[in-house]
Amino acid sequence: MDIADVKKNQKLLIDSVPYNVVDAEFVKPGKGRAIYRLRLKNLFTNSTIDRTYHSGEKVDTANVTAQGKQYLYKEGDRYVFMSTDTFEQVSIPEEQIGDKKNYLKEGDVITVLMLDDRAIDVTVATFVNLTVVRTEVGSRTATITAQNKSAVMETGAVIDVPVFVQKGDVLKIDTRTGTYVERISAKK
Amino acid sequence: MGEAESQRLAHLKPNLERRALVYSHTRVFFQESGFFEVDTPLRMPEIAPEQYIIPIESEGWFLCTSPELHMKRLLASGYEKIFQFSRCFRKGERGRWHNPEFTLLEWYRRDADYRQMVRDAEELVLALVEKLSGSSSLSYQGKGIDLSLPWLEVTVREVFLRSAGWDPIAQPNPARFDDDLVTRVIPSFPDDQPVVLLDYPAVLGSLARVKPENPQIAERAEVFIGGMELANAYSELVDVVEQTRRFRAEIEHIKCDTGREVPLPQKFLRALVDMPPCGGIALGMDRLVMILCDAASIDDVMPFTMDNI
Repeated sequence: MDIADVKKNQKLLIDSVPYNVVDAEFVKPGKGRAIYRLRLKNLFTNSTIDRTYHSGEKVDTANVTAQGKQYLYKEGDRYVFMSTDTFEQVSIPEEQIGDKKNYLKEGDVITVLMLDDRAIDVTVATFVNLTVVRTEVGSRTATITAQNKSAVMETGAVIDVPVFVQKGDVLKIDTRTGTYVERISAKK
Repeated sequence: MGEAESQRLAHLKPNLERRALVYSHTRVFFQESGFFEVDTPLRMPEIAPEQYIIPIESEGWFLCTSPELHMKRLLASGYEKIFQFSRCFRKGERGRWHNPEFTLLEWYRRDADYRQMVRDAEELVLALVEKLSGSSSLSYQGKGIDLSLPWLEVTVREVFLRSAGWDPIAQPNPARFDDDLVTRVIPSFPDDQPVVLLDYPAVLGSLARVKPENPQIAERAEVFIGGMELANAYSELVDVVEQTRRFRAEIEHIKCDTGREVPLPQKFLRALVDMPPCGGIALGMDRLVMILCDAASIDDVMPFTMDNI
């Protein structure tokens, strides 16, 4: 693709690494050469780089698609997902999933980012509901100022929660910050 | 679609009203300074050959990339102070600061040099800001800009040495020049005042004369406000032999680089024989309106751009 046609949010393949175009700016000194300044997010590492191109240069597009897939289980250090249409399975290593592993519930259908037929990332919802599997019993021993305690969720995520939360409660969690929002339902 | 367009145009109306006001104040400014307004063709058989300005062709002719050649033919015939708002067309130029069809405000003075042309631009911009806001400063994209005179002047040599670590006068390198100008030099400019960049390498002089005492330097200046290139001024080159040599070199570059064939502008060169010393400047009218409307994009000061034409 010609560099002039690159737009924001397109996916490019540079040195075999897929990038999202965060920003594409056309800058041209009146009498000078056209310069395209791209801000690119590495889809493997999420780090951002700036690159400068000139008119006439070509770039490769990355065939990146977002597909709904069911999270099955973790096997070794890989997370395994399955297409609900074709039952084909793909997996992503833990290091690439990062903190999002804290919000993957077995059986949930989530968005998996694919580079050709290889899974590279997942997108989790902004809010997820998770069940508490372990927390201290509602404690009166805590000091007056410490209104929070830790709770371990079904996914393994450790979240700061209010003292009234008990094992078996379902909590709404903000996945952007990893914080407790509210209790959806108390233990039955 | 119809409703979206009505909403967009309703939203732009205050900026477009201000744009109209800027045009009428500008006309008054030039009339009061003894200039008269001219109107030269938009479609022409010859344009100035410039490597990085790609014309749009029209039945074997070209749409105007700049009114320069025709305005200079008027000067060669004895016109002394002229200005015009000219629609210009440059292929492929599209971004936050560019639309392929845009407006240049261009003016010329007989017996003047590039410094005088920059002074005109300073006075015009200051007069417009004072008329519109009653003050000599404005706020652009969250930054206060003080437009009171004199504006900060820096030479190409000093600012490149400071911000990019090399001297483009002693070692001209046009390709590196543009990259460093955009990525290092312009970002180093103070953002609370305009900056006048003076004295370009002769190889980037295009239609500017070189300094009599130093042929490595072209008498060319550019004005920047808010990181945006606003105007380009020359002490005009009136040496027909030198101008022909530069055009031929440029035509050769264009052909080698892109295969594009550009004719030598013969009529202009014939007129240049009679041209007196003069200064000229071109100012991006859409960008000036952007600054005066605190608009982030050229799309905010034009009713129709190439994307919604």
